[in-house]
Amino acid sequence: MATASQVVERVGVRPAPGRIARLIEQMRKEKVAYLFLAPYAIVFFVFTILPVLTAIGLSFTYYNMLQPPKWIGLTNYRLLLLDDSVFLIGVKNTLYFAIIAGPVSFVACFLFAWLINMQKARKPLTLIFYAPSLVSGIAMGLIASYFLSGDRYGLLNDFLIRIGAISTPIQFLRDARLIMPFIILVQLYMSLGNGFLVNIAGLQNVDKTLYEAAALDGVGTKLQEMWYITVPLMKPQLLFNAVMAIVSSFNVFGIALAMVGLPSWQYAGHTIVAHMYDYAFIRFSLGYASAVAVILFIFTFTLNRIVMRILSTRGDY
Amino acid sequence: MSTYGLYYGIKPVRRKGWSFGQIVLFLFLMGLAAFMMLPLVFVVVNALKPLDELLLFPPRFWVQRPTLSNFGDLLLATSATTVPFVRYIFNSVIVSVSVVVLTILIGSMAAYALSNKHKFPGQELFFVLVVSSLMFASEVTSIPRYLIVNKLGWIDHYWALIIPPLAGGYGVFLMKQFIDQVPREIIEAAIIDGASDWTIFWKLIMPGAQSAWATLGITQFVATWNDAFSALIFTRTEVMKTLPLMLQTVGGGSIARAGAGAAATFLMIFPPIIIFVFLQSRVVESMAYSGIKS
Repeated sequence: MATASQVVERVGVRPAPGRIARLIEQMRKEKVAYLFLAPYAIVFFVFTILPVLTAIGLSFTYYNMLQPPKWIGLTNYRLLLLDDSVFLIGVKNTLYFAIIAGPVSFVACFLFAWLINMQKARKPLTLIFYAPSLVSGIAMGLIASYFLSGDRYGLLNDFLIRIGAISTPIQFLRDARLIMPFIILVQLYMSLGNGFLVNIAGLQNVDKTLYEAAALDGVGTKLQEMWYITVPLMKPQLLFNAVMAIVSSFNVFGIALAMVGLPSWQYAGHTIVAHMYDYAFIRFSLGYASAVAVILFIFTFTLNRIVMRILSTRGDY
Repeated sequence: MSTYGLYYGIKPVRRKGWSFGQIVLFLFLMGLAAFMMLPLVFVVVNALKPLDELLLFPPRFWVQRPTLSNFGDLLLATSATTVPFVRYIFNSVIVSVSVVVLTILIGSMAAYALSNKHKFPGQELFFVLVVSSLMFASEVTSIPRYLIVNKLGWIDHYWALIIPPLAGGYGVFLMKQFIDQVPREIIEAAIIDGASDWTIFWKLIMPGAQSAWATLGITQFVATWNDAFSALIFTRTEVMKTLPLMLQTVGGGSIARAGAGAAATFLMIFPPIIIFVFLQSRVVESMAYSGIKS
């Protein structure tokens, strides 16, 4: 709930003479809150805000990490948006990935948490569903290659040949049309972990007596219960997971790198972050990589605001 | 009526037998569970494979002649290093535990300040900054961050491995979402009773949000425990290296070390599982105040 002075602030009315004094008074009243915030605020400023501001600054320079950065204005952005066709492929692939994987993983995280929380064996099941997140990316890459190997020894090819669906093995990770669908599948498999666990935790917060009350009001089926009680009460967790789903789907790279390498076949698995990684750590062109990061940030931020508008009636987090 | 039925609002009649839908759902979950367990099974099976089976082409998922020789290889490979193996474990434990405890502590304190229990000038702006920071790719900030750590003289100190991970926005955002849900009434009652913010934080907020900080503890431990990158860029000497970085060099090198690598992967997944099992009961535990209503 906003106080009067904040309403004034938002509406943009010129401050009344006593406003500064009131502000200071309000700050003094809440000084404990500032103390609670202080330890994190210091670390956040030094190790997050400063590096981000530095990167934004570097995006206007040419910087190869050996010579000092050279100011070149908007050149990086111009090159990136007008002349870099590989970047545009990365944008296209990232959007393709995000539009499918983001919503699917968001919904799956909730549905599985909801289903498992109803089971008697929810403790072992929670561990099992979280298991792929416990295993390192290297092991996951190996497993993916067992399944998707492009010869007939790959488990999927072997299966398809045996049931007679195909006669020659498919090059799953060497076919430009198949690379993205398989990256999406493997990423979905791996991404269940954290959002799922947050939902499990959130489900414990739902006041159980509300279900009984609702049953008396005629909420009959489990699905109705979920839609009318559980979902509204889990709004904070769902908003959190929505933001994290957007962030992680726009930042897809690690699993794509492990599966298809860099550069991938015909750039079919090339993403925005792959492009950034390429320029930052392979070509040592940090200014250009920073410009990619800034554009990615603008993408993510904008989409995030739109999704929040849709999900939240309040319009803020 | 059993407490189970009451707990979930299931009509007691249904408890007598399973409906068709419930059986289908159960079988579906079991099938999916088997699929989700594949990576875990794979890591265990691989650790038991003799070298020729590890390098077999075409690869075979299951092990034919299980052996423990990989662990012997790992012991041999690690005894050849200049620093005793225990040192890497010690470093990893110190760093991971510190990061988990400090993330929960300062993250929850900040989240309490940013939650709907307080209202101060700059609160909303700060929170927007925290959430927005999650959207800026860490690939390009890692180099400025390295320069800052270097300036502070923290290279090759534990500080460099413990403090920078605390700056992430994930923990604060997560904790704030849960602390917002702690009923305002019990906080107000405590204020009337004369409790200080510090008391409220420890006696009401932290117990009330225990499923949240237990979740945060698990995810943060997994992330820190498996993170080889920080140690790679922030440490110079062998005595400061952490387990994942050391195991990368042991397992990644030559083909002859593939067995040692498989054994190492196996050993690496245990501490996260232990932490998970240890904290999970708090994740799935109901809140102490559930039932209190306005």
